[in-house]
Amino acid sequence: METNQTKNAPTNVVGKPMDRVDGPAKVTGAARYSAEISVPGTVYGVLKTSTIAKGRITSIDTTRAAKEPGILNIFTHQNLPKPAKTPKQVEKWRAAQSYLPMQDDQVQYAGQPVALVVAATLEAATQAAALIQVTYQAEAPIDSFHDPKAELFDPQKIQQGKKDSHVVRGNPQQAYDGAAIKHEATYVHAINHHSPMEPAATLAVWEGADKLTVYESSQNVTMHQGALADLLGMPREQIRVVTKYIGGGFGCKGSFWPHTILTVLAAKAVNRPVKLVLTRQQMFTGVGHREDQEQTLKMGATADGKLVSLVHTKRATTSPWDNYTESNGKILDMLYACPNYSTTYELARANVMTSVWMRAPGEAPGSFALESSLDDVANQLGIDPLEIRLRNYADHDYSNNKPWSSKSLKQCYTRGAELFGWDKRNAKPGQNRKGRVLVGHGMATASYPVHSSQGTARVRLFADGHAVVEAGATDLGTGTYTVMTQVSADALGLPPEKIRFELGDTRLPTAPGSGGSVAAGTVASSIMAAAEDVWDKVVKMAVADKKSPLYKAKPADVKVELGRMFLIKDPKKGETLLATLGRSGQPDIEGSGTGKYGAGYEEKNFGQNGADENNDKKEKVSGGHSMHSFGAHFCEVEVDPDLGTVRITRWVGVHGVGTVLNLKTATSQMTGGAIYGIGAALMEDTFRDPNYARYTNADLAGYHVPVNADIPDIKVEFVPETDPYINYLGVKGIGELGMVGVAAAVGNAIFNATGRRMRSLPITPDKVLEALRQPA
Amino acid sequence: MSAPTTPAPLNPDGSRRTFMKQAGGFLGLALAPPFISQAERLTALSKKVEGVSTISLKVNGAVRAIRAEPRVTLLDALREYLDLTGSKKGCDHGQCGACTVLVDGKRVNSCLTLAVMTQGKEITTIEGLAKGEELHPMQAAFLKHDGFQCGYCTPGQIMSAVACVQEGHAGSADEVREWMSGNLCRCSAYPNITAAILEAKTQMG
Repeated sequence: METNQTKNAPTNVVGKPMDRVDGPAKVTGAARYSAEISVPGTVYGVLKTSTIAKGRITSIDTTRAAKEPGILNIFTHQNLPKPAKTPKQVEKWRAAQSYLPMQDDQVQYAGQPVALVVAATLEAATQAAALIQVTYQAEAPIDSFHDPKAELFDPQKIQQGKKDSHVVRGNPQQAYDGAAIKHEATYVHAINHHSPMEPAATLAVWEGADKLTVYESSQNVTMHQGALADLLGMPREQIRVVTKYIGGGFGCKGSFWPHTILTVLAAKAVNRPVKLVLTRQQMFTGVGHREDQEQTLKMGATADGKLVSLVHTKRATTSPWDNYTESNGKILDMLYACPNYSTTYELARANVMTSVWMRAPGEAPGSFALESSLDDVANQLGIDPLEIRLRNYADHDYSNNKPWSSKSLKQCYTRGAELFGWDKRNAKPGQNRKGRVLVGHGMATASYPVHSSQGTARVRLFADGHAVVEAGATDLGTGTYTVMTQVSADALGLPPEKIRFELGDTRLPTAPGSGGSVAAGTVASSIMAAAEDVWDKVVKMAVADKKSPLYKAKPADVKVELGRMFLIKDPKKGETLLATLGRSGQPDIEGSGTGKYGAGYEEKNFGQNGADENNDKKEKVSGGHSMHSFGAHFCEVEVDPDLGTVRITRWVGVHGVGTVLNLKTATSQMTGGAIYGIGAALMEDTFRDPNYARYTNADLAGYHVPVNADIPDIKVEFVPETDPYINYLGVKGIGELGMVGVAAAVGNAIFNATGRRMRSLPITPDKVLEALRQPA
Repeated sequence: MSAPTTPAPLNPDGSRRTFMKQAGGFLGLALAPPFISQAERLTALSKKVEGVSTISLKVNGAVRAIRAEPRVTLLDALREYLDLTGSKKGCDHGQCGACTVLVDGKRVNSCLTLAVMTQGKEITTIEGLAKGEELHPMQAAFLKHDGFQCGYCTPGQIMSAVACVQEGHAGSADEVREWMSGNLCRCSAYPNITAAILEAKTQMG
């Protein structure tokens, strides 16, 4: 058996633009999301949340609420059973917010749960929650790092201790001071909310005191299971978390939030299954957000536009307990050939819940600063924006001095420019009119890292020609069901309709959640490892089977492709897995395996000091390769000079993402990424009242996300790319990449249209009009 | 399902007058359409429905009765009382369109519609669109053009799209974009949704 190498194996359905296998269920309404699972005896939970952002509860009067018909119980901090541990008491609590409400009379943020009503109907529970009278002793809250009461501090570590708050490479300040071109600018990013269409939901079903099933809208069932085990003091195996369908997440359903454990505790207390769905308003204070932040970037360059230094600082708001902030610096460190770099994070505590990763965390806002400043420098020096990026092209990763595992950025630039017609761009800002409106063209680079991950899968091949493949992953709409069906089909040589791929259940083999763009690469690798286990077993059967053409062959001389085993030296000699299995009389055969994604895969298959195949000398490269996907966005805008409105009229995105598992779903995901970025660029802004630290626009009428009429046709392409180092199939994740650089591409196009640089997201008409009033 | 769904004797008469009897009191007055007569308004004032009553809903061609309060929305009646969970709750405020169903052929936000108001009307949900195994052309086009990712807004998009075509608002890509902008899709399948509608239009009678 050939093992442990990235295979350029032939494919049959992998890569094809196959329709989604879960598509029929979704277009007919048959797909059941977590709140739609029908469990007999289910009652309804509704949260009541705090109207103040800081203070304490002095009294809770439930008299009127309790008179609603069908009330089972009204829980407050006074009568809700306590969990075995709070997040703070859990060693290594890594599931986001470490504060659990309803444990005492304290209020730390607006919208914090203060009561939970359980009733026979949703209407009664909702009405009762409204009738609960909560009296507070309010204190003046801190609304953000802008608040005069806020104090910026050095967190030392960010991201739950995983990253340093200071990173320095080279001598950035000195290099900046000595640079021919010095550019300094400050960029503002509004609060953003993930706002998936499906609100977060928990359906908690206890069977006795020690067996719990939770139907949760979860991007990561394993994480939810682990967090519940920690808080309840129960063994993991007694807790089952199920998520068969999830209505989007974008990061907010990849962490553990208070509503889940509160519902579980309430369900145990009332001894009934309890279903609790956050209202849309509660989605703004229940599942995290992208934090309000400000970045200052000093960019030093030579007179011909080569970067010599990047000095980056970020200031942001965090919660009273946790030091979460997106690591914006990562992309500044690696995107270009810049010898000197530093980043520093400063945080201020405010009365808000803990923010959390939101699609392209760090990369999205970080690239806005970097790519906008670079556009300024290009304009200042009269260099084409695409040309300045080529002059700063990083032929290796400057952040760690490693070679790239693969990089097709130049091809992305070339192809994108060609599709867009970049050569027809008028470089002089404010010169391009179409009737009354100003037209502009901008571009930006995209990149996202390959995060190391691993997971397991199980493959069961049946002699009748079908297979069941299992991994406890989730499908956010990203296409996991579909692409894993394709991968399994080719691994076993079966048509995709003969594969049943199961996910979203902690009873299945453990797989990573959908987040950080790791799911596709990891789960595909896990399935291939499990399939290899099946191959091994069937090859052993074949070489011992007198009726097999492979009888008495050495297993090491046998290769398997598309479900057919054959002699490497004589490929005609062989037979299918099913032929051998069928003769055996065994109804089925099962294999399992562990798949790795990223550095772990490289280490396993190429050794820790993997040889660089692209290097002629075959010299050892310390620590292997740096792994990233890359791409380029090209954008056309029309700016109305009288109204300040910005319309995107054309969009081209070209990306290098290794192996594309399904052209149709991948194109949709990248298109959606661009539109998600357009939302952040032009409209998304949750506004926190500075006096009350409460959101003033916490619903989908006030928080604007793109609608159909905002979006033109979007052209997305992939350039061919092979990457042997990252995982079995050479797959790079694409969940985040499509959004990175989008806000900058929009801002750069607006600059080209108007001659005004917009540094505050979202770029709303009021800001554009104000800029247009100023001299260019 | 926890809510009572006891079948009740059906009342085939779904006239407005019946609705007035069912949903009277201040509720009926508030909801009374402006074109009804003063007499009917007074009738509405004189009748009152409190607590749980039988509500008959004709959903996808079949009349089904639920026992529910007049404050139950059509969306909750479908999802929580009839276990028809295809219609989705995204915001409960008529801001996202995920709950879109057809009432007498017109698209409505079922989260802003009280179930009691729709008695005697033809309610069509996503579950009633396909003919057996055969998908409606709009469903097939959404599948073919990948007009969704997570699928949560999809039933609302499809119901809205069917109405959009029937209204004659699918004449061009721009017109589709405008008339479909009441249905949010956070995965942002908009270009594919537009393509699907333009194709399905040619196949709908």
